[in-house]
This record gives sequence, structure tokens and C-alpha cells, in this order.
Amino acid sequence: MATVHPPSALRRRRLATAGFHLGAGTLAVLWLLPIALVLVTSVRSFDDIAAHGLGSRPHSFTLGNFAQAWVDGGQQRALINSLLVTVPTVLVTLALAAMAAFALSRYELPFRRSLLLLMLGGNLLPPQILLIPVSKLSELMGVYDTLPALIGVQIGFGVGFYVFVLHGFMRAIPPEIQQAAVVDGAGPWQIFWRIILPLTRPALAALSALSFTWIFNDLLWAITVLRSDTKMPITAALIGLQGQYVSMWNVIAAGSVIAAAPTVAVFLRFQRHFVAGLNLGAVK
Amino acid sequence: MAVLTTTKSTSPAPAPPRGRRGRGARRTPPLVLAFVLIPLLAEAVWVFWPALQGFYLALTSWDGVSAPTFVGLDNFREMAGDATFRDATWNTVLWLVLFGGLSAVLGLATALLLQQERRGIGFYRAALFLPVVFSLVATALVWQAIYQPDGVLNQVLESVGLESLRHAWLADRDTALYAVIVPALWRQIGYVMVLYLAGLKGIDPALHEAAKVDGAGPWQRFRHVTLPQLRSVNAVVLSVIVIDSLRSFDVVWSLTRGGPYHSSELLSTYMYSTAFQSLRLGYGSALAVVIFVLAFGVIASYLVRAFREAD
Repeated sequence: MATVHPPSALRRRRLATAGFHLGAGTLAVLWLLPIALVLVTSVRSFDDIAAHGLGSRPHSFTLGNFAQAWVDGGQQRALINSLLVTVPTVLVTLALAAMAAFALSRYELPFRRSLLLLMLGGNLLPPQILLIPVSKLSELMGVYDTLPALIGVQIGFGVGFYVFVLHGFMRAIPPEIQQAAVVDGAGPWQIFWRIILPLTRPALAALSALSFTWIFNDLLWAITVLRSDTKMPITAALIGLQGQYVSMWNVIAAGSVIAAAPTVAVFLRFQRHFVAGLNLGAVK
Repeated sequence: MAVLTTTKSTSPAPAPPRGRRGRGARRTPPLVLAFVLIPLLAEAVWVFWPALQGFYLALTSWDGVSAPTFVGLDNFREMAGDATFRDATWNTVLWLVLFGGLSAVLGLATALLLQQERRGIGFYRAALFLPVVFSLVATALVWQAIYQPDGVLNQVLESVGLESLRHAWLADRDTALYAVIVPALWRQIGYVMVLYLAGLKGIDPALHEAAKVDGAGPWQRFRHVTLPQLRSVNAVVLSVIVIDSLRSFDVVWSLTRGGPYHSSELLSTYMYSTAFQSLRLGYGSALAVVIFVLAFGVIASYLVRAFREAD
């Protein structure tokens, strides 16, 4: 028995490994299948799909669908709108959040805990309670149907969450570092800019990757404060495309690929930051 | 509502004088005050002030053009007899249980499956996680192509001899809601998995070793070691899925607009169409208040936990 044991244990382990890869592989394929379907559909011609159906193996290859979605479908303008909203929003939100988190975590401000939770609480509100007043407020401020309105509301609504996360991160920086700087005569701005901010870089990187996708993928705020088709970001434009090219799945699929490409690129490039960001916010 | 109103009363106005007077030695530099007040102002303008207005508007009747008229609790009385509201509430509860429950269970299951570092694990994790970065609108369109009457799902059913199951999945009142939940799950499971993966990583392996030495089987170890150790992650996942469920809008809006005949209507979509399509802004605000009340318990408990964490 004893002499047979090692090979059989080895075989069992090999079997377990094979079983694992079979199970996990099937799951991964199942998960990627819809994505593969869209990628394939986006390069097929309309006639091919009409003749053979969406589920068939492709009989054609064309990049014309992308051109159609990009130019006639208005995706080019929509993508530019999305980036015009997303990039400033991410930068401003994180700057503001870093400032507030710095003040709340490194200084003995009165009511600091209440302020922190008030800001976080604002972010947890269901957006529905804000939709009507925000759309009226932006009319009142004369920014309704402009990109600054969308940027403003995204900053205001998002900032509380990032303050909370960055506060947790900055609090963990040892106070001695700051004290040494104070002794050397550094003011709050120097401490913030030269010491705390560089030490917060991993958290900022993680949150940038995360907030880029959140803001880029938003639909609700966009259709609340915008009305003109020419101002809409890519998500809303995609719904427009769906109405404009009913049943032309090749164009709709190409549009979806265009809409998803930027966030997928961010994810693939900053995958580790991205996953870290999700956990920064959650595991407390 | 209690937490919001009590914390609201401690907002910035009284803060600066007290700080300056009370703590001579540690006077707050003005720059630091500005660091807090500017973001707070941004949030006050776009969130706190609108939220207060939202609660007030729930007590009014308003078409968005003339001035809102105060009607007291009439909007909430109207809900009692509103069949669409009943459907939307029921669907929201169903959504919470199915979307929330399944994403938690399947997220944990996939995390358990993919927790061990081994060859190829990065690929599997990335595959499950990839949909998380898609917008819900893009996700919806992908699945719409699958659900079409001449779409992939029906073609697959046909090719395996199950023609009888062919279906207009999104156009049938009996299947629309479930057909919408699947894409939402496809996207959410990877997210929950990442949360659980981090939680599992934080469990001290010595605990498992000790349980093994004591003769505990895999199920017992899961039940008595893993689950208790995941308690804080579970609380976070619970908050995330309740808040996400009540916010769910995009995927329903892009796939069915809540139809057919409100069969996939959620409170969030009903609120949006009431407010911005029927232009019944008072009633829409009242619906938003109902969503807030449903979310309140989770928001409050999350804040209480956060309060304890924040030193």
C-alpha cells in the first residue's frame, strides 16, 4: 500500500487540477461568450446576419459598421462628449476629495466625523430623490442641457465617497511624518502637496481607474440634465442608436464595441489599480 | 431620515468659530478649512439642497411649469390605489431578492472557486470581472441581441431541439423581468466576486489548518471558519447589493423601459417615467421618497459602521 500511495495521490491531484480548469474554463467561456458574440456581430454585414441569423458562423467581414455607427450614428460626437465630461470630472472630484480628506484626517477639525459621514451619506442617497430638483436647479442656474451641468452634478454626487475612502487611507499615514514637516516650518499646503499627496498615490490611482469607468458609464444623470442629442454622452447615444438602427444588429454591436472600448482599455491597462479600488471602498 | 437630519444640523456654519475659540493651540489654518468647505459646498449645491427639495416636492402637485401646489400626503394616498405602483414595488422586491441574492451567492461561489493562486487564475478572474467595466447600456444591447425573437437564444434552443421554448423573451409579460435580471447578474457577479476574493485573502490560513487538524471537512470549514471570518465583507456586500438594486435603472430602461405593461417596471423606472415623461413631478418625487425609505435602513447601518471606523 505504502509504495502505491505517492503515485495515486499525484494522480488525484492532477485530476483535481484538470477538474478545476474544466470548471473554471467553462465558466470563463460562458462569461466571455456574449462579448465574443458582439465582437463577431460588429464585423458582419447586414445581409449576412439577415440571411444566416445572429447565432450563425460569420460569412462576411466588414469594418463598415463601425464607420456607420461612428459617423451616421453620431458616436464620434458622443464619445467626445463623454470624454469632455469624464476627464474633468475625475480630476476635479479627486482633487476636491483629496483636499477634504486631508483636512479631515490630519487636522483636529470640529465635527470632523459628522462632516465625513454627512459627505458619505450624500453619496449613498438613491439618485432618484435628486433627479427632479437637480434638473430644475440646472435650469435655474442656466446650465440645463450643457455639459458643465453634468460635470457639476457628477462631482457633487461623487465627491463624498472618495472623501471617505481617501480619509481612511490618509489616516493611516503616521503623524510623525507630518510633525517633522511642521518642525521644519512647512505650512498646510506644503504638507498636503509634498508629503501626504505623494503617499496617497496608490489610492488615487485606484480611484481614478474606478471613477473613470463609473462616470463614463453613467446614463441616469446624463438624461436628467441633458436634452439635445448633440450633447449626449456615449451611453445615451447608444440608446439612440438602438432606436435609429432597429434590428440592424451589426451597427448596434459596432456601437456597443465603441462605447465599451475606453473602459476596457482602462481596465486592461490598470487592472490591478482597478480591483484595488473596488476593495478600497468596500473592505472597511 | 433621522441620521440625515441630525448630521445636517451640525453642518459647516457653526464649525469655524468654535474651532478658533476652543482650541487655541491647535487653531485650524484657514486653508485647511477651505479644503473642507469647498467640496462640502459642491455637495451641498448638488446633493443636500436638492435632496431637501425632493422631500418637499413629494408633498406637492407639480407639472414643472406653474408653481408647485402643496397637497400634503395626497401623493402617498394615491399610491395606495395605484396598480402600477404595486407592480413596481413587487418587482423591486423581486429584483432585490433575485438580483441581490443571486449576485451575493454566485459571487461568493466564484470567489471560493477562484481564490487559490495557481496557473491561469488571473485569466479566469479577469473573464468574470470584464463585464463589470461595461456600461449597463452596452450590456443591455448585447443581451438584447441574444433575446431577440430571431436572436441567439432562440437559435440555440432550436438547434438543440427545444423549439417549444422559443420565446419573445423581452416582449412577454411573464419573462421580461427575469430576462432583464440575467444581464444585470452577468455584470454584478464579477464585482461581488472581487469583494469576496479580498475578504477570503484576509482570512488567516492558520485557522483552516487548525480546523483541518481537528478533523473538520471542507463544508464544516466553510461553515464555521470561512463564513464567520467573512462577516464584515458580508455586511459590505449586503449594503452594496441593496443600494445597487434600488438604483438599478439603466439596464431595465435600455431593454424594456419597464414594459410590456409594466411587467418589468421597477420603482426607479416608474419614478423616472412619471417625472420626466408624464411630467407629474410631485408624484414622481413621492415615488423617490419611497425608494429612499427602502434604502434608508441599509444606508443608516452602513453609516453607523463607517462612524465606528472613522476613529
